[in-house]
Amino acid sequence: MSASVKWRRLVSNFMLTLTGVCAVVSVSVLFFILGYLVYNGGTSINWAFFTQLPTPVGETGGGMANAIVGSAKLLMAASLLGVPIGFLGGIYLAEFSGSAVASVVRYAADLLNGVPSIVMGIFAYSIVVLPFKHFSTLAGAFALGLMMIPITLRSTEEFLGGVPRYLREGAMALGASKWKTIATVVVPAAYRGILTAILLALARVAGETAPLLFTAFGNRYWSEGWGQPTASLPVMIFTYAVSPYDDWHRQAWAAGLVLLGLILIINILARTILSRGIAVPRS
Amino acid sequence: MATAKTTLPSAGPATGSRSFVSRLRDGDEIARLTTMVFAATVVLITLLLVYELWTNSALARAKFGFHFFVTRVWDPNIDQYGALPFMYGTLVTSVLALLIAVPLGIGAAIFLAELAPPRISDTLQFFIDLLAAVPSVIYGLLGVFIIVPLMRTVIFPGLNKPLGFMPFFKGPSYGVGFLTAGIVLAIMVIPYIISVSREVLLSVPQDQREAALALGSTHWESTWKVVVPFAKTGILGSIFLALARALGETMAVTMVIGNTPTISASLFSPGDSIASVIANQFTEATGDLYLQALVGLGLVLFLMTFILNGLARILIVVTTQKGSGVPT
Amino acid sequence: MKRIAVLVVGVLALGAIVWAGQNPLLINGAGASFPNPIYSKWFDEYHKKNANIQFNYQSVGSGAGIKQVTDGTVDFGATDGPMNDEQLKAFQDKRGYGILHFPTVLGAAVPTYNVPGVTGALNFTSDALAGIFLGKITKWNDPAIAGANKGVNLPANDIVVVHRSDGSGTTYIWTDYLSKISDEWKSKVGKNTSVNWPVGLGGKGNEGVTGLIKQTPNSIGYVELIYAAQNSIPYGAVKNSSGNFVKADLVSVSAAAAGAAKDMPDDFRVSITNAPGKTAYPISSFTWLLVPAKIQDAAKRDAIKGFVKWMLADGQNYAEGLSYAKLPKEVIEKEKKAINNIQ
Repeated sequence: MSASVKWRRLVSNFMLTLTGVCAVVSVSVLFFILGYLVYNGGTSINWAFFTQLPTPVGETGGGMANAIVGSAKLLMAASLLGVPIGFLGGIYLAEFSGSAVASVVRYAADLLNGVPSIVMGIFAYSIVVLPFKHFSTLAGAFALGLMMIPITLRSTEEFLGGVPRYLREGAMALGASKWKTIATVVVPAAYRGILTAILLALARVAGETAPLLFTAFGNRYWSEGWGQPTASLPVMIFTYAVSPYDDWHRQAWAAGLVLLGLILIINILARTILSRGIAVPRS
Repeated sequence: MATAKTTLPSAGPATGSRSFVSRLRDGDEIARLTTMVFAATVVLITLLLVYELWTNSALARAKFGFHFFVTRVWDPNIDQYGALPFMYGTLVTSVLALLIAVPLGIGAAIFLAELAPPRISDTLQFFIDLLAAVPSVIYGLLGVFIIVPLMRTVIFPGLNKPLGFMPFFKGPSYGVGFLTAGIVLAIMVIPYIISVSREVLLSVPQDQREAALALGSTHWESTWKVVVPFAKTGILGSIFLALARALGETMAVTMVIGNTPTISASLFSPGDSIASVIANQFTEATGDLYLQALVGLGLVLFLMTFILNGLARILIVVTTQKGSGVPT
Repeated sequence: MKRIAVLVVGVLALGAIVWAGQNPLLINGAGASFPNPIYSKWFDEYHKKNANIQFNYQSVGSGAGIKQVTDGTVDFGATDGPMNDEQLKAFQDKRGYGILHFPTVLGAAVPTYNVPGVTGALNFTSDALAGIFLGKITKWNDPAIAGANKGVNLPANDIVVVHRSDGSGTTYIWTDYLSKISDEWKSKVGKNTSVNWPVGLGGKGNEGVTGLIKQTPNSIGYVELIYAAQNSIPYGAVKNSSGNFVKADLVSVSAAAAGAAKDMPDDFRVSITNAPGKTAYPISSFTWLLVPAKIQDAAKRDAIKGFVKWMLADGQNYAEGLSYAKLPKEVIEKEKKAINNIQ
């Protein structure tokens, strides 16, 4: 009897240690990735990387200034599309709609969320590129903006819903109309969660490559305005990584480090904001 | 101060007794309509997406019908397009990814939910969430420069020598191929399995664990034989979610899969996936049938992920509600 | 914190608006990766001389170049496989006017490989190449290869074939050659920018194929000469129609074009693979710019015409430095006249 118990305890300790190993392995992948990027990319990051344009094929040197700016423009325009739709739509779901309508909208948002990014690229190509006969920053921003909508929408709805009733009722008791209550009391109370969601949505689309392949296309120069093709960090990483030139590989690592660094900083920022004591429950 | 026309919450949406124009003067109505437009936009966009996918693949669907799914040949030369090699590649790489990621992921989730003290669990979960945020192209970068050489120098010889008689492990190996893509995908989907499984495990009521322990089981036994089965539907949901993510992955796969529409039992064979072939050939598909065949592939992919995501959601909701005692 | 965020966004927005105000003329092109090294050099040099004109060329493969220029999503295309009659008709039907081919340089597709222990140039007979790419010759020490390379220690390793995964003019040139020298290839696979390869891995663009070969031992693939040269990977000599093993270089490629130069058709679409001549390299080809016959935007039209003129004169001087052969004089003269066809 005692031996069997000893055995079972041994198995228990063993299996539980194994799970610990699984957890450690999983987490260490992150640090491995970061370490490798820092090691390979860190040495390649120099001033030229941030300020110069790409050089002709096969020549060394140059940088990715246009890709960095291109990515920034894409994200800015994508936010202008995705955030208002998601935010205001979320307000509708949380404050005004009946539950049937809400389910339909929620379902549509979830569907949109699950669409593979390459399919989103196909959609943006037929809606924006073909009619205007132009690859453009706008087309790329369209694809990315659509991908931001679901996260923004669901999070806005959730965080607004989490604002306690007494806050609303207090405002109403003071004579505020519904929309004023929403604008001045409810949204500010939930702003942390909503801001977090926007940041997370931004971080998610910042690294997307596939939809840009046939919308923003690529550009070896600065992309003027919004209607021209533009370089972007993720696409540059892809192009340079599969090339045979060692100098391009070097630049791909550097770009990877910059991109990942940016995304991780946004993520950490977002989550810290969220965890700084809020009156609304976490998702 | 508020206008004279404030409405109390109990008044609810305007009743039919007021005219539309007078309702419009009410700030609330404008707010309602405005936000409704934006919410409707979401639905419209989704409908438009499905519509575009459907109509832009019409030629291909008309010409091939269901043969599309069983034809192996993909030859733009003779305008013959079959989806089979790409569906095969997509499924094989995703299944391989799950075979690696599920044991690791569930193990890690068990550790985080059952063993680790809350602060460590939260910290580790934080890092796992960061792992989920790493973009696909970065995984591709690592795949090309680390995993492909590793496959060629270590993994292939390691598996091929002892097991080469089995069709799964036959050479030659190029470094790129199904298994390489599967490994990269596994790393990408582990965070999803861990986060969701951890949450469903945490939602299992404490009395379940205590009952098992009270009956004399070890910690592991209570976890494996009581808690995990209780949460198994949710864990299954997390696996579906991971699968849906793996199916749609484009960049990391296209950089390491070999880009050859091949159907082969060997894990080391190069292949291609639906997302990868679309990424490679979309901008150069001359001819309507070619392009529409690619859009048709996109439609297939969309449907696969749609179904899986739907199932996943149902499974996860059912489990967490079961755990908190809420009737489903 | 909120105020800072608003300020940052405002500054960025302002910057973007200011940006949109400046306006060098941007002309977008896409297509063949075969000539990408020289095109990117040309566009760079041309921009230095004409600071208000930018040619943005994306090396995405000839197939994509043809499609994009037909759809009108780029202003010009580039290909090393000339558009066939069907594609020309499709363009005409879609746009209401035609499209013009302008040869730019001469290049060569070379068999490049990564065989452990082999650093020099291997000799390949046409049968050997056809057999390898058909998947019938599977080992490096096969007699078909070894027979032409006496004295070279070829290992008994499996050959890894690398081809293009995207629609490629380089593929067109290669399969055009194989179709001419192998009936089996012609009937089984054919010639096109994208074919149903019997064996092998796919790489994207000349760049991708070169990258794969560099990293994969025992591999063989086909790339434009400059890619092998720039990346210091060995490439082989091919037996030409006269029976000589010839390595691709400026002389042998120019020799291949000599015959065609005199009989150049008006639309400039011609194949010079397996050309006659003792010193000719058998897998040579022109590469073309695809320019629509009618360009609405006058500024773009003048810029493109100006570039083509420059390309035929000063531009040719950059070719040899990057291992492309200059166009024959007769072809240059004929093209100068053809520029006027761009309305």
